Amino acid sequence: MRSQTISQKKEGISNSDLLFIIATVIFVLMYGFAIIRYPGSFLQFQTFFDLFSLNAPLIIITLGISIVMIGGGIDISVGAVTGLVTMCCALLLESGTGNIWGAMFLALGIGVAFGLLQGYLISYLDIQPFIITLAGMFLANGLLTTIHKDPINVTHVEFVALRDYEIVVPWLGTYNRLGNFIPLEIKLGTVVALALIVLLFVIMKWSRFGRNLYAVGGNSQSALMLGINVRKTKFFSYLLCGLLSGIAGFVYIMTTGAGNVGNASGFEMKAIAASIIGGTMLTGGVGNLFGSPVGALTLLTINELIRAAGVNSNYQAIVSGLLLYIFIVLQSVVVWLRGRGQFRLALPSWLVPVKKSS
Amino acid sequence: MNIVRLKARGSHLFLPLSVLAILIVINLIKGADYFSMTMINGALYGNIPNILFGASELVILAIGMTLVTASSRGQDISVGVAGAITSAVFVQILLGAGDITWLTILEGFLVSCVVGVLIGAFNGSLVAIFKVQPMVATLILFTAGRSISFMIDGKLSPVLANELTSQIGSVMPGVPIQTPIILTVIFIALVAVFLKTTNLRLYAETVGINEKAARLNGINPIQIKFFTYMILGVCCAVAGFIAVSKAGRHDSVNILKYIEMDAILAVAIGGNALSGGKFSISGSIIGAYTIEVLNRTFLRLEVETETIKAFKAVFIIILMVLASPVVREYIAKAKKKTGAGIEGGSAQKTGALHSSAASGPDAPAKKEV
Repeated sequence: MRSQTISQKKEGISNSDLLFIIATVIFVLMYGFAIIRYPGSFLQFQTFFDLFSLNAPLIIITLGISIVMIGGGIDISVGAVTGLVTMCCALLLESGTGNIWGAMFLALGIGVAFGLLQGYLISYLDIQPFIITLAGMFLANGLLTTIHKDPINVTHVEFVALRDYEIVVPWLGTYNRLGNFIPLEIKLGTVVALALIVLLFVIMKWSRFGRNLYAVGGNSQSALMLGINVRKTKFFSYLLCGLLSGIAGFVYIMTTGAGNVGNASGFEMKAIAASIIGGTMLTGGVGNLFGSPVGALTLLTINELIRAAGVNSNYQAIVSGLLLYIFIVLQSVVVWLRGRGQFRLALPSWLVPVKKSS
Repeated sequence: MNIVRLKARGSHLFLPLSVLAILIVINLIKGADYFSMTMINGALYGNIPNILFGASELVILAIGMTLVTASSRGQDISVGVAGAITSAVFVQILLGAGDITWLTILEGFLVSCVVGVLIGAFNGSLVAIFKVQPMVATLILFTAGRSISFMIDGKLSPVLANELTSQIGSVMPGVPIQTPIILTVIFIALVAVFLKTTNLRLYAETVGINEKAARLNGINPIQIKFFTYMILGVCCAVAGFIAVSKAGRHDSVNILKYIEMDAILAVAIGGNALSGGKFSISGSIIGAYTIEVLNRTFLRLEVETETIKAFKAVFIIILMVLASPVVREYIAKAKKKTGAGIEGGSAQKTGALHSSAASGPDAPAKKEV
């Protein structure tokens, strides 16, 4: 009871939650529109989970980039690292010496290595994150093309079994045109992505590291004065982001089953866009990790909608840009309005408008 | 005191210049004929002209990027895309004009400049009025821009097959220097004159260092930011014009690809803080040429094209570590320790070194506040 009264006294909701709610509402509205417009395809659960399955790597990368952005940094190497991981795993599996566990460790190792390097340089040597992660992107790209240039299709038996493994949910399915019941199938990548979303949300919300990171991102000076180890916190955020790109790389190859130079190229900008749509702000300190997958799904849904409408594929990029524009302006206006609201509280008491409910 | 100040001010050029010197030494070790130039068909060719030729777009974009970085404390990542759009417009006007004369080229160029200014105004409005982080604001155009340019092209890659534009892209008859180099020099001169005659430099630095203080001093930060973005738009238009003239055809997918990263890198190598504030255009220009020299050095050392990016990354990381405030401070401290016993002028020198270390990439903003 006591905690309830305390929470009631708190003023409204935080910026993080507000932006997250806006993103969610828009996603639901958009998906609702999609269902009304194309009931045949979007009404199926399979379509929704396919969005998840096929884009699990992007969602995982988005999580990583959101964490870094909450800490007030930026990481543009994630896409290239993911691509590098897929190629290395494919090579290892095809060389005949490695097994799935080896590939998994390799993936995590590469991710952690990049995270360590970038995290150390950015947080302990105070170098601008953009430049270092840009160098990281060049490095990963260069290594990728040095290691192997041609696409590799993995034929490792156990891996193929893992790739094709799908979790069947018999009670959620659809009838096709012939009236046959098709159960819902979910790829393993979806499970990984979902587990990571929940885990990271918990970490960011309730762990010491997560709270420290919000503080550091909001204002690193005051965080330092509060006794938070700013450098260490930043370092761990980049490490976590690197680790997540490693995981994303493994999930990527688990989904497509091939190593290719073009794998995950351009993902960094997509992830940043998804993160922003999901309510994370590049200035740091604001963001909700549930928002990141919502942002990614919003972007993907709009692309699916355009594909379903059958118009020129160039419109996909343009509409994505337009969507981003709307979100960015909306966020800016919302934050500005709230900032003005807070300013009003500083006025003399007789000028403050009386609120009815707490 | 004046000398000390000068030294502190000139120290930002030390890094790019020393890097450039090291690269040239490496090139000379590889082959002593590095500086040799030959006349082919009445124009100079050789390593130096090629570097100047190759870096022309990058230099122009780096100039605009420096201004934007200084005033808005962030970078524009849509410069390559903006150049693609403006050059698409330029090509469409030329193709629509029928026969191509200097007048139609000028007309097309001016219209593309207007488009560039519009793009700059779009980004600038988001950054200045809506207070969006520059990188986020320009991400919009970055996402959508290539498709827009593709649609202006009409889904083809139109070819510019005529005398005049190919002269702009390579050599004019009777002039021994390639035209893009001349255009770049003219552009740099114009910017230099502009910055000398107006207060833009001071205003942009003020806004970048402390926006609120700038406002209290009667400078409108919104206007200044807006204006720097519009200048960057013009830079994009010029760069796009040169790029499309060089290539002879407009390929929306590949024109000015990844140049935004190089432009930001040029600004950073030039000793400018990416967090805004004081800036040095000459540093950025040297930085841009350094990047081009670096790329060509790798080619000259016969590094495989696939591996170049990795080497470039290692190079950038080493460079940034050397330039990082922590390492600089460490070096300055070490120097102060060793120079403690020496009196007079050298003591002043170490003081200057120390202050230059303090005004490293990240420090100026803090120092001024």
